[in-house]
Amino acid sequence: MIKLTVNGEAHSWDGDPSLPLLWYLRDESGLTGTKYGCGQALCGACTVHVGGQAVRACITAMEDVKDQKVVTIEGLHPTGDHPVQKAWRELQVPQCGYCQTGQIMQAAALLADNHHPTDHQIREQMAGNICRCGCYTRIEAAIRLASTGV
Amino acid sequence: MLHAFAKQVPQGAIDRAVIENVSRRHLLKGVAAAGGLVLAAPLARGANAATAPAYGTGAGAMPHGVVIDPRIFVSIAPDGIVTIVAHRAEMGTGVRTSLPMIVADELEADWARVRVVEAEGNETKYGNQDTDGSRSTRHYLVPMRQMGAAARTMLEEAAAQKWNVKADEVKAANHEVVHAASGRRMGYGELAADAAKLPVPKLDTLRLKDESQFKYMGKGNIPIVDLHDITTGRAIYGADIRLPEMKYAVLVRPPVVGGKLVSFDAKDALAVPGVEQVIEAQGWPWPSKFQPLGGVAIIARNTGAAIKGRDALKVVWEDGANAKYDSEAYRAELEAAVRKPGLVVRNEGDVDAALKSADKVIVGEYYLPHLAHVSMEPPAAVADVTDNKAEIWAPVQSPGGTHEDIAKTLGLKPEAVTIHVTLLGGGFGRKSKCDYAIEAALLSRKLKAPVRVQWTREDDIHHDFFHTVSAERIEAGIDKSGKVIAWRHRSAAPSFMSSFKPDVKNESAIELGMGLVDLPFAIPNIRCENPEAAAHTRIGWFRSVSNVPHAFAVQTMVAEIAQALGRDPKDMLLEMIGPARIVDVGKSTKDWWNYGEPFESYPVDAGRLRRVTELAAEKGEWGRKVPQGHGLGIAAHRSFVSYIATVIEIAVDDKGNISIPRVDTAVDCGTYVNPERIRSQMEGAAIMGISLAKHGEITFKNGRVQQGNFDDFPVARIDEAPAVINVHITPGENRPPSGIGEPGVPPFAPALCNAIFAATGKRIRRLPIGNQLA
Repeated sequence: MIKLTVNGEAHSWDGDPSLPLLWYLRDESGLTGTKYGCGQALCGACTVHVGGQAVRACITAMEDVKDQKVVTIEGLHPTGDHPVQKAWRELQVPQCGYCQTGQIMQAAALLADNHHPTDHQIREQMAGNICRCGCYTRIEAAIRLASTGV
Repeated sequence: MLHAFAKQVPQGAIDRAVIENVSRRHLLKGVAAAGGLVLAAPLARGANAATAPAYGTGAGAMPHGVVIDPRIFVSIAPDGIVTIVAHRAEMGTGVRTSLPMIVADELEADWARVRVVEAEGNETKYGNQDTDGSRSTRHYLVPMRQMGAAARTMLEEAAAQKWNVKADEVKAANHEVVHAASGRRMGYGELAADAAKLPVPKLDTLRLKDESQFKYMGKGNIPIVDLHDITTGRAIYGADIRLPEMKYAVLVRPPVVGGKLVSFDAKDALAVPGVEQVIEAQGWPWPSKFQPLGGVAIIARNTGAAIKGRDALKVVWEDGANAKYDSEAYRAELEAAVRKPGLVVRNEGDVDAALKSADKVIVGEYYLPHLAHVSMEPPAAVADVTDNKAEIWAPVQSPGGTHEDIAKTLGLKPEAVTIHVTLLGGGFGRKSKCDYAIEAALLSRKLKAPVRVQWTREDDIHHDFFHTVSAERIEAGIDKSGKVIAWRHRSAAPSFMSSFKPDVKNESAIELGMGLVDLPFAIPNIRCENPEAAAHTRIGWFRSVSNVPHAFAVQTMVAEIAQALGRDPKDMLLEMIGPARIVDVGKSTKDWWNYGEPFESYPVDAGRLRRVTELAAEKGEWGRKVPQGHGLGIAAHRSFVSYIATVIEIAVDDKGNISIPRVDTAVDCGTYVNPERIRSQMEGAAIMGISLAKHGEITFKNGRVQQGNFDDFPVARIDEAPAVINVHITPGENRPPSGIGEPGVPPFAPALCNAIFAATGKRIRRLPIGNQLA
């Protein structure tokens, strides 16, 4: 039995310990804000926070999050008003929106670690998150905006 | 234009639609169910030259045409909440916001009190729902305005009757009707029930708003309706639907198109924890439009278990006729094909004689590979099918087509099938093809349980309906004075029609019309030829379709001519476009397609192409001095009846790495609705342009796709994005609205490669650029 915390709630899993966290969240727990994009940590759509760090849920096995605190987009902020979320809305970043929860989780982790990243640091830290619609210039601008507080 | 709509709407469609509306009221929560549906009588259809913008569109010629009936699209509850139906699929263009916004503006509704609900797939009820071809705004601007105006007029009439004054003494404004003389006012919610008893006004009596009165249209002040949900993870895409007792499935499909299952051994797969069943999945022979490929389905308690089960499954395939498809060999075949004459698809003057007499002949040969769409959301669908009924939830660009295809495949009547359209996590043309929804429906029927089918990224890349692969060859003859007097363009590419019928060898009129035969250049001798090219995989349409290879060839060739003549590329481009005029493409070609639009409304207008070229050059400061290693490139292209020009500044370092300091894109899409989303589409087109120029290439060997994920089929990432993308939109000037979703893409790659030439002297004739600069 694997015990963990997801968005502050106690969870347990007695199935396959090698199950990727992504599918536990989406299919077993109904937390569908975390998206599947590649299954190989190539696109960042499944980014969640484990112990405050951005990780790719698609390659993170359940046994690796034993006793860990997992935060998904649903738990990032109680009213959805994390500075990154607000900046995202202010600059109307999303197009289709599918990758955006992963982008936001990555950006939130980046800003928690580095309150005022340079443009180069933003690009470097966000390069693991693909947006096929191509919202990149707005993602960059929104992170800059969030770093100054909206 | 409206009579053109009328003839497309089958008599009886309206009555049926009303019945549908009642029986499906649960889908319009708070709308019909609230009991305040405003509009009660059929809206008469008729010519409306006096009040509607006087242009025709091809909307009526689309399958099921256009339904202009506010009772289907608009309702007002007693609490004043206005609900507007979005009947097109939202894949990131903002259409789910833009179309309802048009209705709201004409209705004088307060956007804060507007709710948008997504229509199910039902073209009898809503008219055509195919969300592709960059058609939504251009086909629905006027109908949406008319529906909003009709509802507004009825609310005004209801208030006038209540106050016993003439209708022209009252005015609807901001969600209420006001009688200025007496100062009386009533909210829309209060008036809804009485308005509902009134006849719907005839279209030719409607008073549309003057442009100066628009509150939302053209302003860019309304964010997309899904913005909050998207940023909080609440937005629902295809794979986010969960039903009680739902099974999770992935499939393994024949690796070669046209291949089939011989046998499988499920023992190891069934041993994987969570795997419940392994069953054969029905497939259809190729080509079969959008029917599934078949294979084996792995059913599990969650998707992760199903994928693990699939990894353990042993399958034997028979590969079939396409097993020899080899991209390297096929490239040689296509390149040989364009060196020989092909089917003449446009002929003007005498190209052979002109080339013979030319002082100089410049030849450009170009190659562009297959591409995969790779929307961030791979295909996924949920189905709940019983013996006599099917309910599907899917991210489809073709809600109506999916409705028809599922009904036909299951042998059910259309009314027994409900297609719930979720948000699409990108589409780009892939999700016009509903094979994944059919897969889910078939599995659900077989398992007698709700099923979610999830495609993995590998599935998505291996089994796409690929963007075509093409060889393009242009010969340009130049006379002694430096004037281009001859242009022969040969294009060879397998057609997407090959997915519909066997033995297709030539591009369809649709594909030829995308930047080949509609060449808007002022050249006296033009010949376009289309040598044969057979398909060996599933070909589909990809954002901007054949415009990608055609524009790449044409716009690169212009720069090559400029280079050969020592001319400025922008000046050369303008000279080749020639004077402002309407280019009568039809006089020299039979096989052409004007994006389905009447030529009178949407001519090939060289003046507009000039104007965006000049605007992009002006705003992009063409000719400015750039640092060492930098270069400027320009390209312009008409597609989806819009005109786009792009100026790109590029920097190439000594290792051949590209960065893009600045992009300036000029857009003429006629009358526009949401300039903010036009900018976002142009930004996205730039990124997609970078992806296909730098990286995109799907190759086949032994009939199998050799790529499988973002490691070997890379797309542009944020560190490759331009530092600045400026979008310059020309004033609408009451021109008919035209496309936005796609037309930003075609000029991007040639402008980029022209900039690379300016920076490095290296001419890119084959995409992707890959390591050609290293």
